[in-house]
Amino acid sequence: MAEDGRDESVATDDESDNTAADGSNSLNNTMVEEGSTLVRRMEICVAEAEKRSGKNAVNMQETFTVYLIETRPMDAVAEGRNPAPDSLWRRYSEFELLRNYLLVTYPYIVAEFVWHKLSADNMDPDFVERRRIGLENFLLRVASHPVLSNDKILHHFLTEEHGWKEVVYETGFQAKAMLTHILVFTKLDQLPMLLFQADSRIRALSATFRVRNPDKRFMEMKHYSDELQSHTSQLLRARARVADRLYGVYKVHGNYGRVFSEWSAIEKEMGDGLQSAGHHMDAYAASIDDILEEEEHYADQLKEYLFYAEALRKHELTQFEFEMASQDLISKKQQHEELTTGIVRTFSFKGMTNKLFGQEAPVQREARIKLLEELIAEGEDSVKEKRVECKEHVERAWVDMQRFKEQKDKDLREALINYAVMQISMCKKGIQMWSNAKECFLKM
Amino acid sequence: MSVGTPRGLASSGQKPIAEILHPLSAAEEPLSVTVNLGGDKTTRVEFDLPEYCVRRRYQDFDWLRIKLEDSQPTHLIPPLPEKFVMKGVVDRFSEEFVETRMKALDKFLKRIADHPVLSFNPHLNAFLTAKDLNKRQVLALLTKVGESVKHVAGGYKLRARPAEFCAMGEYLDTFTQKLGTIDRIAQRILKEQSEYLTELREYGTVYSSWVGLEEELRRPLEGVAGCVTTCCAALEDLGENMSQDFLPVLREYVLYVESMKNVLRKRDQSQAEYEARLEAAILRKQEDRTPMPVEVEKCQDKVECFNADLKADWERWQSNKRQDFKQLLTGMADKNINHYEKCQVAWESLITLLQDKQTEDKTSETN
Repeated sequence: MAEDGRDESVATDDESDNTAADGSNSLNNTMVEEGSTLVRRMEICVAEAEKRSGKNAVNMQETFTVYLIETRPMDAVAEGRNPAPDSLWRRYSEFELLRNYLLVTYPYIVAEFVWHKLSADNMDPDFVERRRIGLENFLLRVASHPVLSNDKILHHFLTEEHGWKEVVYETGFQAKAMLTHILVFTKLDQLPMLLFQADSRIRALSATFRVRNPDKRFMEMKHYSDELQSHTSQLLRARARVADRLYGVYKVHGNYGRVFSEWSAIEKEMGDGLQSAGHHMDAYAASIDDILEEEEHYADQLKEYLFYAEALRKHELTQFEFEMASQDLISKKQQHEELTTGIVRTFSFKGMTNKLFGQEAPVQREARIKLLEELIAEGEDSVKEKRVECKEHVERAWVDMQRFKEQKDKDLREALINYAVMQISMCKKGIQMWSNAKECFLKM
Repeated sequence: MSVGTPRGLASSGQKPIAEILHPLSAAEEPLSVTVNLGGDKTTRVEFDLPEYCVRRRYQDFDWLRIKLEDSQPTHLIPPLPEKFVMKGVVDRFSEEFVETRMKALDKFLKRIADHPVLSFNPHLNAFLTAKDLNKRQVLALLTKVGESVKHVAGGYKLRARPAEFCAMGEYLDTFTQKLGTIDRIAQRILKEQSEYLTELREYGTVYSSWVGLEEELRRPLEGVAGCVTTCCAALEDLGENMSQDFLPVLREYVLYVESMKNVLRKRDQSQAEYEARLEAAILRKQEDRTPMPVEVEKCQDKVECFNADLKADWERWQSNKRQDFKQLLTGMADKNINHYEKCQVAWESLITLLQDKQTEDKTSETN
């Protein structure tokens, strides 16, 4: 369907295609203004979801859901022409792959990847709908980011149905992922673990390493994100409890329906009024299902902010590596000093054994000193590299964080408006139902 | 006793008995209400003064009811609110309790005052006018003993209740059942709403506590917290209304049904007595040709009166019941509508606030 789509839908802006997908060049792109983000040039939406079945990797029959991505050039839309959108189908696993690729390739970007894997029945239509919305939001956010929106793999994902997976694997991002340690989180007990895509070569670190000298700004970022996460999770829990209770209130009213009906049987003039009123009570009780279903969308929007804090840990990791490297260098220098001068500054078993059992042969000692000197030279390079990396990461993360905050403010404000709209709709429905019942009562 | 021509107070051009005014403050023991009767002297002959203002306690109402039941046994006497309230379960001096009870007593008097026969009962007169009811009560006690002797019906067994009274009995049984169900449902709703309210309050505080972390989002978050608080208050009002206005009326009707059942039973009794006497008289007549004794005829009269009175009261009762429930249920609907309206207003004003800021931001962006 979208074989030739790439030519039409992707912007004719050549500069964007030349941008390397590799994160190291992307620093320049942080300076790119809003105007050239993908979302300004292309209308993107996840329009539909469909069930498909096919054979999976182990040749077993499975049913899965595919999502239709539609794109249209924005200028065509703006000019009033209404071209048919280009479209292609993608499975959820492909979205995940895209996301993981971006996560690894742009290590300092924090916000765009916050999504949660809804763990529910894949075939439930309400769930599919929520997921569709989540996926659309993800694409829109990525396409709005000044750096991410220029990524070739992203373009490819949106425009070429076949062969995309192979192209992604060819970038070798998974090898890079090996070097970028991904953290396994189990802190938030109700939420699914954030696991990198099924690759056992990926090393995982537990979430409890400690950084000694964190950057001040980083501390600020971390504090903010922790607080945000705490408030969000509190809010989500409280909202769920409120929803539970409200459900109970509405459903009990259904009992009025039954008793009014029974009562109407023994009445003459009052009978009709009571009977119809009973029906409205039944309708009232049933109305809560749709109301709460809609509220789930609001909850979904909030859930995303829970994962923001997790993303910040990537930076912590870099700092940690830097500190480890420095530590390692210091210890090597110390060993060197010991070997060359014989002065033992700090206690070490090697030093003790040497004193107790005599030192090794000069030839061996020389070899060791030589090796150490090489390692020290390497270590110094490594430390220098890591220090720069660290600094860069914090810089970029700080910039990205400001952008994230602005975006978050806008998003949350909109979410709150939507929530208020939902509440108003619920009130209107309630008024309608009770007014209907009242009319029936008046006819009694 | 024959059926008097219905002379409702209102139909004879007289002012209906005025509302009960405020009771004494709750601190006063025992609870008293003030009955205020304003009337036109010339049209209402049994009242000497144009206005009366007397204090009455619950036991005075009880006295009145007993007197009415005794003196008008063929009529349905409205019920009183429950006499004994368990201490510790309900605060007998709380404002809500006092108000609820007062409304019930008010209704009791109104129903009697509206009744074409009961409203002319001398005991009612005494109740409404006597400065000190106690003296009258003492006298009444003596007479009460005498009267009740007359009405011991000797436990006659009724063979067959006429169809229309059977239907009444069946209706009352089913109706009281339904009332009980509605009562339980209403209580359950109150419970669920109360739990919902607790969670809702907690929910509001979460938004409030978030405010401290944010700058741009400060006002929106505060706004949401405010709306939630408003909704909580509205919900509280709704709950109060239901427990103070709705439930008591339901319960009172259950008592009303009990009263009606009693009257039916008394009717059955008088019919049973008549039938027994008649049988005995017929047997005697067959034996020695004596004429029908006067007592039997009197009994027959009594039964016929009873039936007529009861049927009339039944119709009136049904009609009042229809009005009362119409009012009760529309009241319930109104309260719920009111609750939603309050909430809607709050959320709508928040949207205006949030959207204003949005357009503000947009214009400053493009500028």
